[in-house]
Amino acid sequence: MLKDKYGKEIEDILARYPVKRSALIPLLYVAQRDQGYVTEEAMTEIAGILKLTPPQVYETITFYTMFNLKPVGTFHIQVCKSLMCALVGSDTVIGWIKSKLGIGPGETTADGLFTLSAVECLAACGTAPMMQINDDYYERLTEEKVDRILADLKTAGVSQLKSGPYMWPLPVTVKGET
Amino acid sequence: MPQHELILLKNMMQPGYTGSLADYERTGGYQALRKTLGKTAPADVTAAVRKSGLRGRGGAGFPTGVKWGFLPKDYQGPRYLCCNADESEPGTFKDRQLMERDPHQVLEGILLACYAIGAESAYIYIRGEMVLGSKILEHAIGEARAAGYIGKNILGTGLNVDIWVHRGAGAYICGEETALLESLEGKRGLPRIKPPFPATHGLYNKPTVVNNVETLANLPHILNRGGEWFASIGSPPKSTGTRVFCVSGHVKRPGNYEVPMGITVRELVYEHAGGMRSDKPIKAFIPGGASAPFLTPAHLDVKLDFESVAAAGSMLGSGGVTVMEEGTSMVWAALRLMEFFYHESCGKCSPCREGSSWLVQIMRRIVAKRGRMEDLETLSDLCKNIAGRTVCAFGDAEVAPIQSTLKHWREEYASLIREAEAANLVMPEAAGARRES
Repeated sequence: MLKDKYGKEIEDILARYPVKRSALIPLLYVAQRDQGYVTEEAMTEIAGILKLTPPQVYETITFYTMFNLKPVGTFHIQVCKSLMCALVGSDTVIGWIKSKLGIGPGETTADGLFTLSAVECLAACGTAPMMQINDDYYERLTEEKVDRILADLKTAGVSQLKSGPYMWPLPVTVKGET
Repeated sequence: MPQHELILLKNMMQPGYTGSLADYERTGGYQALRKTLGKTAPADVTAAVRKSGLRGRGGAGFPTGVKWGFLPKDYQGPRYLCCNADESEPGTFKDRQLMERDPHQVLEGILLACYAIGAESAYIYIRGEMVLGSKILEHAIGEARAAGYIGKNILGTGLNVDIWVHRGAGAYICGEETALLESLEGKRGLPRIKPPFPATHGLYNKPTVVNNVETLANLPHILNRGGEWFASIGSPPKSTGTRVFCVSGHVKRPGNYEVPMGITVRELVYEHAGGMRSDKPIKAFIPGGASAPFLTPAHLDVKLDFESVAAAGSMLGSGGVTVMEEGTSMVWAALRLMEFFYHESCGKCSPCREGSSWLVQIMRRIVAKRGRMEDLETLSDLCKNIAGRTVCAFGDAEVAPIQSTLKHWREEYASLIREAEAANLVMPEAAGARRES
């Protein structure tokens, strides 16, 4: 039960809103963080917490693309394919990942480690091409960079190549990534 | 690069600036709040913002002070401020930088807006993918709360304001203000029919103002330096202040550039963004995000202000300038944007829901060289029957790429179709347009 595991966090979320239903999306995020996707059991429990019917939860969750209703790989790679990224090679990035991992958009590797999705604009057009893996952005991608990111994730579970607070272009006086 | 004063990006361009509360205060942060709270009447804050000429930076460009003025004066119950941080317009990535690099500038703006409209609760609706941004904002809210800028009895004035970060979950339409409110209420993000407007019936049916991140970030500066000062920058009287333009596409140095409104695209591309990569000439550009119609090299000297861009047949929108070099297929470019709109149509209004699917099917057929000449008329007809016939402005936005490329590059469409006809490749069945998850 989410309530046993995340009682304090759920209380904090509920305290932010004068109307309970507003806590729906934040609670669905708690559920997704717990299991990697939102289970039917979690949806029923959340409906109970918010005094909603399960269909009210279901009709909402199915509107939003960020919720997984079935398990995805440990690392969910989402490559932006919108025009701004496509102009500077996002289709090529998808091609690299396809050739390295052997999966196309919508597929998961046999070891359950990686799921690949081609998604719409993620608001990083100035540092295109880019992708998001779980919570992190990776920008200004090159084939070498993609190689390193995938290798880092496979071996260490994290990659130092992820983006920090966004600023592009960097001011000339600051030494940073090039 | 031409020199001009930076307003919004000034702090973050200083070496070593971290965006922490201490850094922000060191550069004069929260002085506008100290100077205003309990010392200037809320109505005078609104008057200063009106005088500044500040217009919404999210896309619609509505005058901010006027929007605030729509709130009922005599209403006694709660009022809300929503900061629209659902930055999802393809080509736009400025709010992310403002939030992640100088979060207190945004928070101070939110507090000033709350004071002006009498709100005690503010929600920052940030797009779900920006996990880092939401963490940075939450940390900054914690710092500001500890310092007495947020919470009960702010700076001893007896005023209370709470600010919460609310993450969206991946729906472009939630940047539309009434869809944002629906989403914040825990529902599907379907735009509401207006009227009533959020000013009277907004969040939980209470008077509500929804303002974009960049709009709010301007407020501390306007209150520090006065409405007249702001109104003297840019392209007065109708387009005042600076804009953080997001330059993307085939330029040497893409990124965010804060410049006074009224600069030309040519200046922005060649003097700021380093010119074109490979030094090819510009073939086309979008001046204000994916919803803005494409323009041609003939428009390179159009001033980037609300009126001039509208007169050229497009819109300044969210300030996302995407530049395409000679050699880029305009039919392909329009298809890419159409696929975006098809994916993001919320499904509430039939013309948009069904129309976007038909438009994508026809565009895919033409790009795959299986088009027919009559497709061009069908495209035009469909566009005319979507724009203006939907609850929100999404319908107008989704037809912009096709209508404008058909207008300026019709020959490209025709030549793809002629190739299909010449090779006798026309196939009877339409290429299926499946909604991919």
